[in-house]
Amino acid sequence: MKLPFLPNYDDPSFFDFLTQHHPALTPTGRSGFLQAQASAEPMRGAGTMSVPHATTVLAIKYQQGVVIAGDRRATEGFQIAERRIEKVFKIDEYSAMAIAGAAGPCIEMAKLFQVELEHYEKLEGVQLSCEGKANKLGQMVKANLPMVFQGLVVMPLYVGYDLKRAEGRIFKYDLAGGRYEESDYHAIGSGGKDARNTMREHFLKGLAEPDALKLALLALYNAADDDVGTGGPDLVRGIYPTAKIVNATGITDVSEQQIRGIYDGLIATRRSKEN
Amino acid sequence: MSMPYYVSPEQMMQDKAEYAKKGIAKGRSIIAIEYVNGILLVAENPSASLYKVSEIYDSIAFAGAGKYSEFENLRKAGIRHADLKGFMYSREDVTARSLANGYSQSLGTIFSQELKPLEVEILVVQVGHNGQPNEMYRISFDGSIIDERTFAVIGGKSEAVQAVLKEKGLTQPPELQAALTLCISALEQIGNQKLSLESLEVAVLDRARDGRRFRRLTPTDTKQLLAT
Repeated sequence: MKLPFLPNYDDPSFFDFLTQHHPALTPTGRSGFLQAQASAEPMRGAGTMSVPHATTVLAIKYQQGVVIAGDRRATEGFQIAERRIEKVFKIDEYSAMAIAGAAGPCIEMAKLFQVELEHYEKLEGVQLSCEGKANKLGQMVKANLPMVFQGLVVMPLYVGYDLKRAEGRIFKYDLAGGRYEESDYHAIGSGGKDARNTMREHFLKGLAEPDALKLALLALYNAADDDVGTGGPDLVRGIYPTAKIVNATGITDVSEQQIRGIYDGLIATRRSKEN
Repeated sequence: MSMPYYVSPEQMMQDKAEYAKKGIAKGRSIIAIEYVNGILLVAENPSASLYKVSEIYDSIAFAGAGKYSEFENLRKAGIRHADLKGFMYSREDVTARSLANGYSQSLGTIFSQELKPLEVEILVVQVGHNGQPNEMYRISFDGSIIDERTFAVIGGKSEAVQAVLKEKGLTQPPELQAALTLCISALEQIGNQKLSLESLEVAVLDRARDGRRFRRLTPTDTKQLLAT
């Protein structure tokens, strides 16, 4: 049955619907424009365009679920483009996503993924499974591949609480859309390696929630120490990294006050070591 | 070769309308009624998984009576329309009025151009917040659209149910529990039978909630609500 004046489409995927009927609205929508520009000016190839980039984000499993956290800095070359950017997004009641890469397309992908999951839930009457959500995100990353060659990388880190298995799960991706599950923790972005080093030293299976949160913030602090692209806690302006907790009761924001308290403790310990 | 018979346009429209009305009247009624904190939707529905009432967007719900496959199609198209608009502009730009207009255009065109009209009657309701009033639109098989106040009824013996509700002379929106009791008694009176809570599909658009305001009430929820 064709319905005039209303969108006609059959699949429950919003992303596929956009790709077919409104390609300009998808993250890949700018590829035509960019290619035209590149061929008109062959000297200005990929990577010459400067766009804000977002940096260290990480996730750690703990006994009841997952902690996901990220710093707040976006850089444009050697300039700081944004001090308060938000890199950890609530996707639905039981999952969150953190991003690294070109800020604009990253935020766009997070927004599109939110709509994608809500759209599916409303059309089908049930939520996608945790695995299903992770796979769908992988397809979206894969569809972004043409943009990667233009220098617009989108790299997500996805965490969800799997209601069937009753555990938190962490998924990482590669640029080609490959999806890999991490068993304990992971960090991506320019300071990802530094954050992973910290987590490797201190991670234990079955951490309690406060310990996992503290480790996440410590790893971000160390990453900011060694990586210029990652922002540490800004005590003057009062800007702190953000974190969310995903467990059986759903997703909750960690309050800024709590994060500030943890950083005050961390900084005090470090200061006492220096003197 | 045989010549087709001439049928006057009036006759053709009348036949189509009769056909559609017959299909819609076969089903059971669905009521949408304003209560203090939002809009309550009650449908007689023996199935626990094939819904007649469902969520479209943050503060918009949909109810369909008549042929399931046809209103299900309309429901899905509505969700796509709403999600597309919300993604393209912003979540607050998705309105029941624009959606109801789309439905009306669509149903009207199908009614006049297709051989078989859609045997559906639908409701699009939106709960108002921040002092905005609620909106309730009833759209018929021929695309005619009616802006309802206080309550709206579609499907089955809708006019009879409407008359029963009118008799109560509601001046103020009732509490949720009172609204639910009222709907059940109106459905029972017209259907001439006692209704079990399992055979009812109940949902609310709750103004007090943030973000997605649509919520289904399971038979356990309704039992609890009626017991208090």
